[in-house]
Amino acid sequence: MEAKTKVNNTKIKAKRGETLKHLKRLIKDLWEFARWKLILITICIILSAVSQTTGSIFLAQIINNVIAPSIENNMTFAELSNTLLKYILIMAGIYTVGLIANIIYTQMNAVLVQNFLNHIRKRTFNKMEKLPIRFFDTHTHGDIMSIYTNDIDTIRELVSSSFTAIISSGSILIALIIIMLTYSIYLALIVFAGVFAMVFVSRKYGGTASKYFIKQQKAIGEVEGFVEESMNGMKVIKVFCHEKETYEDFQKKNEYLRSCSVKGNTNGNILGPVVGNIGNILYVIVAVVGTILFINKVPNLTLRGIVRFEMGYVVSFLGMARQFSRNVNQISMQTNTIVMGLAGAKRVYNLMELEEEVDDGYVTLVNAKYDENGNIIECEEKTGMWAWKYPHAKTGEITYTKLCGDIRMFDVDFGYNPDKIVLHDITLYAEPGQRVAFVGATGAGKTTITNLINRFYDIADGKIRYDGININKIKKSDLRRSLGIVLQDTNLFTGTVMENIRYGRLDATDEEVYAAAKTANAYDFITRLPQGFNTMLTSDGANLSQGQRQLLSIARAAVADAPVMIMDEATSSIDTRTEALVQEGTDKIMHGRTVFFIAHRLSTVQKCDVIMVLENGRIIERGNHQELIAKHGKYYQLYTGVFELE
Amino acid sequence: MLKLLAKSIREYKIYAILTPIAMVLEVLMESFIVFIGKDLINIMQADNPEIKQVLLYGLLLIVMATISLLCGIGGAVFGARASTGFAKNLRGDLFKKIQDFSFSNIDSFKTSSLVTRLTTDVQMCQMAFQMILRIVIRCPLQLIMAIIMGFMINYELALIYVLLLPALGIILFTIVRVTMKIFRRAFTKYDNLNNSVQENIKGIRVVKSYVREEHEKEKFSFASNDLSQNFKKAERIVALNNPVMQIFIHVAIMLLCYFGAKTAVTHEFIVFPGKIDFSVGEISSLNTYGLEILSSMMMLAMIFVTLSMSLESARRIKEVMLTKSDIVNPENPIMDVASGDIVFENVNFKYKADADKNVLENINLNIKSGQTVGILGSTGSGKTSLVNLISRLYDVSSGAIYVGGHDVREYDIEVLRNQISVVLQKNLLFSGTIKENLRWGDKEATDEQMIEACKTACADEFIQSFPKGYDTFIEEGGSNVSGGQKQRLCIARALLKKPKVLILDDSTSAVDTKTDMLIRKGLKENNPQITKIIIAQRISSVSDADQIIIMNDGKIDAIGKHDELLKTNKIYQEVYYSQNKVGDEDGSQN
Repeated sequence: MEAKTKVNNTKIKAKRGETLKHLKRLIKDLWEFARWKLILITICIILSAVSQTTGSIFLAQIINNVIAPSIENNMTFAELSNTLLKYILIMAGIYTVGLIANIIYTQMNAVLVQNFLNHIRKRTFNKMEKLPIRFFDTHTHGDIMSIYTNDIDTIRELVSSSFTAIISSGSILIALIIIMLTYSIYLALIVFAGVFAMVFVSRKYGGTASKYFIKQQKAIGEVEGFVEESMNGMKVIKVFCHEKETYEDFQKKNEYLRSCSVKGNTNGNILGPVVGNIGNILYVIVAVVGTILFINKVPNLTLRGIVRFEMGYVVSFLGMARQFSRNVNQISMQTNTIVMGLAGAKRVYNLMELEEEVDDGYVTLVNAKYDENGNIIECEEKTGMWAWKYPHAKTGEITYTKLCGDIRMFDVDFGYNPDKIVLHDITLYAEPGQRVAFVGATGAGKTTITNLINRFYDIADGKIRYDGININKIKKSDLRRSLGIVLQDTNLFTGTVMENIRYGRLDATDEEVYAAAKTANAYDFITRLPQGFNTMLTSDGANLSQGQRQLLSIARAAVADAPVMIMDEATSSIDTRTEALVQEGTDKIMHGRTVFFIAHRLSTVQKCDVIMVLENGRIIERGNHQELIAKHGKYYQLYTGVFELE
Repeated sequence: MLKLLAKSIREYKIYAILTPIAMVLEVLMESFIVFIGKDLINIMQADNPEIKQVLLYGLLLIVMATISLLCGIGGAVFGARASTGFAKNLRGDLFKKIQDFSFSNIDSFKTSSLVTRLTTDVQMCQMAFQMILRIVIRCPLQLIMAIIMGFMINYELALIYVLLLPALGIILFTIVRVTMKIFRRAFTKYDNLNNSVQENIKGIRVVKSYVREEHEKEKFSFASNDLSQNFKKAERIVALNNPVMQIFIHVAIMLLCYFGAKTAVTHEFIVFPGKIDFSVGEISSLNTYGLEILSSMMMLAMIFVTLSMSLESARRIKEVMLTKSDIVNPENPIMDVASGDIVFENVNFKYKADADKNVLENINLNIKSGQTVGILGSTGSGKTSLVNLISRLYDVSSGAIYVGGHDVREYDIEVLRNQISVVLQKNLLFSGTIKENLRWGDKEATDEQMIEACKTACADEFIQSFPKGYDTFIEEGGSNVSGGQKQRLCIARALLKKPKVLILDDSTSAVDTKTDMLIRKGLKENNPQITKIIIAQRISSVSDADQIIIMNDGKIDAIGKHDELLKTNKIYQEVYYSQNKVGDEDGSQN
């Protein structure tokens, strides 16, 4: 039991340490981002806060020096009006200073917070773009998205309201404590005791509330999951007349959500009246004790020494007690925001700390031409010919190799995790202009092989040579630039059709884009769109049909005009006419290039030069269509439908 | 709109009534507390304060604080119950409503938008409802009470607040309205930014393949800066709220200090004629009322923002609630399907009434109970649409379909669908064990019945090979079984309904040819009385059917048996030869 508590304690401590680490880092970032502005803002917050507390001081002064003398000494207003006016003017002066400070800091803060968020957002995005594919493969999209949609927002709340509230309320509290102690230490102690009670109560109810709010969030997640599953399966539910059962299941989750929500809300709601009425009781206690002290002429202990007990102090104490508890409340209300904000900061910083994709290749891709002696030389202008520039570290010599698109793999092993190898002994040659098809069930390793060619992942063992060069020596960006890609998921980007095709090569002219669209068989349908090539595409081209999206992604690859292509055949069914267009576009773009073709239908691989049949990460058969059919092996069985492909 | 949503309050109505009552009592108590506090201060300020009276007033205040506390707690508890209960009912009602949707209703809403309505939007309504019950009633009352009490203390000085209040109100609401417009615009931009991030995450392979990281960074940076500019503009205007409040509070305090002190010294009104009993206690409580009045105003402006934002959610919920299902039960429905005879009579069908082209045109069919019917045709030729009409997943646009001698629109929908079992093309298993999934077909199915159905569907063998057999857990969407296994489970599930008609919509596409044959054989032998309609891509799946229907572009191209069609129908021949090319090529090569 004891041991368990200890473990828990260390866990909590470790967690706290980590949280503190993120808080420190956030403050440091903020500090580095806008040091002088932060100092100015802090000064202004303190000025503004302190000026707000002076109200109660002046009320006490006016009572003691204007109203009390009029009662005690029967002085007329004319005699007192100068004193009164003096106080009011000083008050006005202080308030004006406070107000100016207030305007300065609220305006600066609004701008600063937005700039800081913009800064964090951009840093996060830039970092994300540099992360290796592995990161995206091992995190769900929703998970990554929530950094942008939730976490950065929670940081906003933290920076914009919590920091300000804490500095502001904190300085008011300090000012109030000093004032209270100079008025009366006894009464101050009573106020402190009352505030202590408030803090205790609000932590209790607030803690319970946030515990249930967290549960509520989880319950909402469950309801969401259930709804999503049943919406997707609604047709099945209806076909089986299963509405009643599904509704009952839903109501169970719904009721659980309600029960969490009601507890969270009740505790949260109770907080206000409980704290408020503790304040009321505190008010009475201060009044009664103050009066007793006054009547009995108890020597008033203050920071200024022992002074006469005046009623003005008690009255202003009543106001100050209110103000004190209000500010303590302000701070305790920030707890939730701070906890959530730090959790958000943690996720952002965790992303920032991830290892980036390294690119230590030194062989680069350059424009090239032949000189008069028939040697390849580098040149500035575009020639349509490319060469690998290979600086040899030892000799300092530079050699050029023409980019042809010859790719060879030798005994390649690979695993996404080092302890689980998914590709074994892959050896293959793809000569320039050849089409290599991969056939096999899901999980056989078709896509994995192509992931290795463009170095989305690095091989565990073996060699991959591109035009005779070890691909690890080639600069990643140049390697990828030399590989065109058409994926199953089309992944278009928000922007015009023109921009989407040009994505393949940013410096492509309009004419080149048109030409690519024609090659891909996309030109006709694009010109029929309402704004032709200037039609805006949104949310992954939702306004286009599946087939049209595929034609665009082929056009995009066509404009890139890379000597090597990786094609992942689209599986989703599209109408026959478009399918024929896609087929034809694919054929045209593959012409004259080295192509790695991931096939999902056997009808499309027959034209390929080599077909690799994969099973459990091994190549079990290879050859062209005729050879493989003649072999009567696995391919034959797949082709004749004896085995299931997917 | 609100009336429609209010229907969901139901059994929580009592709490919805009690909450505002508690809140009203709480506000009254609070105002009295300040009022009595004034007397307490005056007693203390007197030349010789009497401890007895101080204690008496103190006790009175504590009693009132206790009542206020009880009311506050009551309001808290009732408010939470009313709002969460309302939300629960609303969610349930929405869910039920969506379940009543016809297939064409479902097609017209996106799943993600329905999910948002059931979660975020209902949550917003819950918050708004609680706010209405607790704060919308409390806040104006607090304002009014503070003004009344202020007038009772000193109607001349209370005028300060009455004069300041409208000015503050106008300024605050102007700020709110201006910023809400900017925020709305900014939030669309925010959505766009998030969309572009999502595109990047989804399309990271494309980004990296084309080495477009720098390009994407630039695009993002541009969008993010733009967003930041918009938010800055809005936030700067919102930031004016704080100093504006400060100005009003400060001005009010200074005016009160000056004129209050003057009245306290002279005991005369400043402008109005007459004398007044006015002292420190009155100044202090006027100050408190003043703060209450001004902060209630601020609160009202905030409520205004929240409520107008939740109106958008309410509107989205209403949209679902008001959608009428276009397939409803007839009056006096027929509760029994006599046989598996199916007749199509001049059926035309289109998904949307305003579409120009029919998806199905002039379909006439006559299928006898127990027959096996194959349907072939290219994608988009109308095969799925045709079978969906039989179990009334959609209604015909013109013509009629008869099952067991009656128009399908005369049956009780549940009876009809229970007798016509469809294995949908895009079929689904639900998270739960295999048994639980099978019981969808028949809640009371015994283990033997399940095994029998699975044997017919050729699923028993692989289920038995799982360590947990029929208790194996199926993940959401059936991701832990292969495509072919999923299809076989779905067929077994449909068989358990013991239907009169079984429709397999391309349900064996992922099953190998041998198993496909075994399934068809099993169906024929074990369930001879069931009418079987099989949509397929492979000729081999339909070649032994009693009649084969060839669909082309929404029309029936031909009906016949395998041998006839092979002789007479061009489409059938094409498909047949393309699928049997292997043998030919194989032969010609050798």
